[in-house]
Amino acid sequence: MIQKKANLEAVEKFADHLEVEGRSLWQDAYGRFIRNKAAMTSLIILTLVVLAVIFGPLLSQFAYDDTDWYAISIPPSFANGHYFGTDSLGRDLFVRTLIGGRISLMVGILGAVVAVIIGTLYGATSGFMGGRVDRIMMRLLEILYSIPFMFFVIVLVTFFGRHIILIFVAIGAISWLDMARIVRGQTLSLRGKEFIEAAYVCGVNKKTIVVRHIVPNVLGIVAVYSTLLIPSMILTESFLSFLGLGVQEPMTSWGALLQDGAGSMEVAIWQLLFPAFFMVVTLFCFNYVGDGLRDALDPKDR
Amino acid sequence: MKVKALSIAIATGLAMSVTVPVFAAHVPQGTQLAAKQELVRGNGTEVATLDPQKIEGVPESNVAYDLFETLVIQDDHGKILPGAAKSWETTDNKTFIFHLRPEAKWSNGEPVTASDFVYAWQRLASPATASPYSWYIEMTGMKNASAVIKGEKPSSALGVSAVDTYTLKVELDKPVPYFVLMTGNASMSPVNQKNIEKWGDQWTTPEHMVSNGAFKLAQRVVNERLVLERNKYYWDNKDTVLNKVTFLPIEDQVAAMNRFFSGEIDMTYEVPTDHMRNLKKEHSDVLKFTPQLCTYYYAFNTKKKPFTDVRIRRALSFAIDRDVITKIIIGKGDTPAYNFAHHDVAGLKVDMPEYSKWTQKKRDAKAVELMNEAGFNKNHPLDFTLLYNTSDNHKKIAVAIASMYKKLGVKVHLENEEWKTFLETKRGDNFDVTRAGWCGDYNEASTFLSLMQSNNSSNDAKYSSAAYDKVMADAINATSAEQRTDDYRQAESILAKDMPIIPIYHYMNARLVQDHVGGYPMHNAEDKVYSKDLYIKK
Amino acid sequence: MLKFILKRVLEAIPTLLILITISFFLMRFAPGNPFSSERGLPPEVMQNINAKYGLDKPVLDQYVTYLGNILQGDFGPSFKYKDFTVNQLVAAALPVSATIGFCAFIFTIILGVAVGTIAALKQNTWVDYTIMSTAMLGVVMPSFVLAPVLIYIFCIYFDWLPAGGWHGGGWQYIILPMIGMSLLYVATFARITRGSMIETLNSNYIRTARAKGLSYPYIIMKHALKPAMLPIVSYMGPAFVGIITGSVVIETIFGLPGIGKLFVNAAFNRDYSLVLGITIMIGALTIFFNAVVDILLAYIDPKIRF
Repeated sequence: MIQKKANLEAVEKFADHLEVEGRSLWQDAYGRFIRNKAAMTSLIILTLVVLAVIFGPLLSQFAYDDTDWYAISIPPSFANGHYFGTDSLGRDLFVRTLIGGRISLMVGILGAVVAVIIGTLYGATSGFMGGRVDRIMMRLLEILYSIPFMFFVIVLVTFFGRHIILIFVAIGAISWLDMARIVRGQTLSLRGKEFIEAAYVCGVNKKTIVVRHIVPNVLGIVAVYSTLLIPSMILTESFLSFLGLGVQEPMTSWGALLQDGAGSMEVAIWQLLFPAFFMVVTLFCFNYVGDGLRDALDPKDR
Repeated sequence: MKVKALSIAIATGLAMSVTVPVFAAHVPQGTQLAAKQELVRGNGTEVATLDPQKIEGVPESNVAYDLFETLVIQDDHGKILPGAAKSWETTDNKTFIFHLRPEAKWSNGEPVTASDFVYAWQRLASPATASPYSWYIEMTGMKNASAVIKGEKPSSALGVSAVDTYTLKVELDKPVPYFVLMTGNASMSPVNQKNIEKWGDQWTTPEHMVSNGAFKLAQRVVNERLVLERNKYYWDNKDTVLNKVTFLPIEDQVAAMNRFFSGEIDMTYEVPTDHMRNLKKEHSDVLKFTPQLCTYYYAFNTKKKPFTDVRIRRALSFAIDRDVITKIIIGKGDTPAYNFAHHDVAGLKVDMPEYSKWTQKKRDAKAVELMNEAGFNKNHPLDFTLLYNTSDNHKKIAVAIASMYKKLGVKVHLENEEWKTFLETKRGDNFDVTRAGWCGDYNEASTFLSLMQSNNSSNDAKYSSAAYDKVMADAINATSAEQRTDDYRQAESILAKDMPIIPIYHYMNARLVQDHVGGYPMHNAEDKVYSKDLYIKK
Repeated sequence: MLKFILKRVLEAIPTLLILITISFFLMRFAPGNPFSSERGLPPEVMQNINAKYGLDKPVLDQYVTYLGNILQGDFGPSFKYKDFTVNQLVAAALPVSATIGFCAFIFTIILGVAVGTIAALKQNTWVDYTIMSTAMLGVVMPSFVLAPVLIYIFCIYFDWLPAGGWHGGGWQYIILPMIGMSLLYVATFARITRGSMIETLNSNYIRTARAKGLSYPYIIMKHALKPAMLPIVSYMGPAFVGIITGSVVIETIFGLPGIGKLFVNAAFNRDYSLVLGITIMIGALTIFFNAVVDILLAYIDPKIRF
């Protein structure tokens, strides 16, 4: 016990002057993420890739649809300006790889965002509500999962024409299904935990519990799975091109470049190698970022 | 006595070894044959059906030519040979008498009779069969074919009958001099009536099927393989060398090529274009090019502006550099086309249009001139959509042509659709210019030129010209071959002037065929490769 | 438990019914019909064909007829493969896809979980990065790139294995397609396992076990594995159905007569009855395996109540 009144007053004054900032869990996570070397390196590389696909094509003398009958399928060389070689119509691969990146990155990121938002909310609600609501929502999911995707896309195109927005609608429509199931599983498990019980007992309404308590705790698995979704979305986009919905020639995407390159692997390997390299590097970075996010958001990590 | 017997034995032995071996007929003297006579053929897509009267596509026809034998078959130059019929006669090209071979038998030993043909052809026309190829029998001009298809008359009214067991009589509505050619199509194969009536729709299984060709069905695994084995009752069985033929439905051209080079396949269906240059350089010994009666073209929607204006249509045709497309982009030896019917069609004479002889520079200049005349220039560029169905080849050609147009200031939007949607769009009005292709059903010009008649259901360009219809009607009614040839020449000239379609190239078929396969026909433009003419060399 | 199964079966019926209805009408809205070809068919021919397959009746009538037929087990004739019924085609193709799929699934689970666990134990070390990077190649590279590479190495260069075909299903025809199919899923399972395992290993009760001096392998097998499997099990349901029903890319490249190729070709050919037949099968399988997954979830986490 502090005897002297003067000392007591002095300590109280001192305490008033101390700025004690509370640290939220989000700030904790941010700090942990910054310190994760792999994740930060990946983030930097990703930024470089984004800059490359936006500004890179300006560095080349060729446009992405410039055909050249006398430069068909030539290997890469600095001399003639075709840094990555040409494709089977004489178009420069350097420009096409970067331009293709624009579409693929957009599709991948937006698709993942849609999957995360819709999938997480749907799965968390379904898992938390339980009972009849859960059963109906899961049956609905099963129906959506089994519907033949191809016809859905064809009907979309028939009724709405071919707009670039439709690509995202189509991809978004199937990307969230798996995510919802995984989040639901996690939620079912979380539901039984003590802190949720406590919140419930405190009178917090269900919606707030879902948004404030369930969702942040499933973000770990969401971060991991969403980065796993990105490659499949890039490839779904090339399947959509097959159906006539995706990007139309002469515009291209990494998925389309990979398909063309895979067919001529034995004779013109650069047509596969460069788009594949970009795709691998980008997707690896996304995955490390995803793992970094998971590690950062894990409340149990010291 | 023993010595005499011995010398007789020796003499006979010597004689036998000197005589031509059992399989002779088409195998050149001195060729050594392998012990195992089995052929593996790549066949593109899985066959839709083995029932000849329901066949529409090429993969199915390939198998049908081995399983069944039509009245006439072809040699390796595409010339008609007697098949199931050993001879035929006609006096007016309206009534035909076919004499069947009495020694011809079904794979169960029963004789092939005229009533088998009658049954088959009636079946082709009958609404109960609902054959997608029933229009073919209408095209032959057989009496009452139309009425039978429409259900107005019973199938027994069809103009074909069995005079006696081995004599077939056919009556046509109008004289069709190439009718005999037309009977060589797979849909005109005979079928065994008892067999079909017994097993119904299940008659095409290996256990039940009865066929009259050089081979019979041994095994079928959908999407994996189709195996045929020798039909010992075939009338010409002694000349068949192969014992087993396997058809593999491999859709992916690169996969087929890989399996060819790993030794698993003896003949592919096609060759991937991307690998063409490489194959020509390193594997030219197994790369075989044969002409094929197909034309690749672009069709205008002639009822939609601005394609109602013939100047625009001609301009867009001039602007295409066909040499670049055939030599550089595809590279399998297709011929640049300036007329519609394939240049190898028998007896075809065409007055090649002027622009086929100009340089590309002159064509480009003329194209720009025509477009300006029609009111399109830099400030008001021609802008349209080019439709094609999803396929690597079509994509490459479309992109190439779009860039050729771009150099002349034309804006082209490329649109691809998957197959069924594409067919629907093409048949309708909602396109500007579409990619198209046409293959002949028989080796005569009408198989191409009839397409552009205004009542033809495949006339996607919606071309309608009274002059053209008249000259085609004249050709059908022409009384001499010269007159008909002249009518076709006029028809082609009308097409070249009106340009409802842009002919791009006449096909050349490219295929990989192993060195050890003998007898491959290098000159059959209808691509009829009968397995019974092939053999495996040592 | 019995009540659970009963409830699921009862729920499956309306689910399938809705699925069939939506798919049926969705297909009819798509342009193109099963019998169109480059050659335009004259109207009388078209009429005969439509009459034979019942396509000339109003769509609603066709729907009711179709439902009636399914209840008797008749899924109709294939519109494209005129010699076969849907039942015959599916019965021939399903075993092929299921065999390869099942082998791939076992391979994937074992390899994926093992890899993910090791990576979790050595979190953020070079072991973690190396293992995960290798697994990741399976996810970032599509199968139409990896499968030809596999073929090139094993079939053309080394000539150890055949480049395709099924031949009744010998092991040499299964192994490459199996690896091709697994590559994608191994990486996914590995990453989910890694994430989940890390989270579990940080729990208090694991810390207690470590404090008690138990070794890691024992802890993993006895305490950590079950709870860590939760997200994997959730993912397994749809993944299993996806693997069993085959990949059209793998089947095309290896020339396998499986369900994937059958389904995609049926859709492209507008083979209505075949598409519906396979859709129903996929729907039924999905419902079934999701039920199995839910049971497993309740087994893993005793607190889970539905």
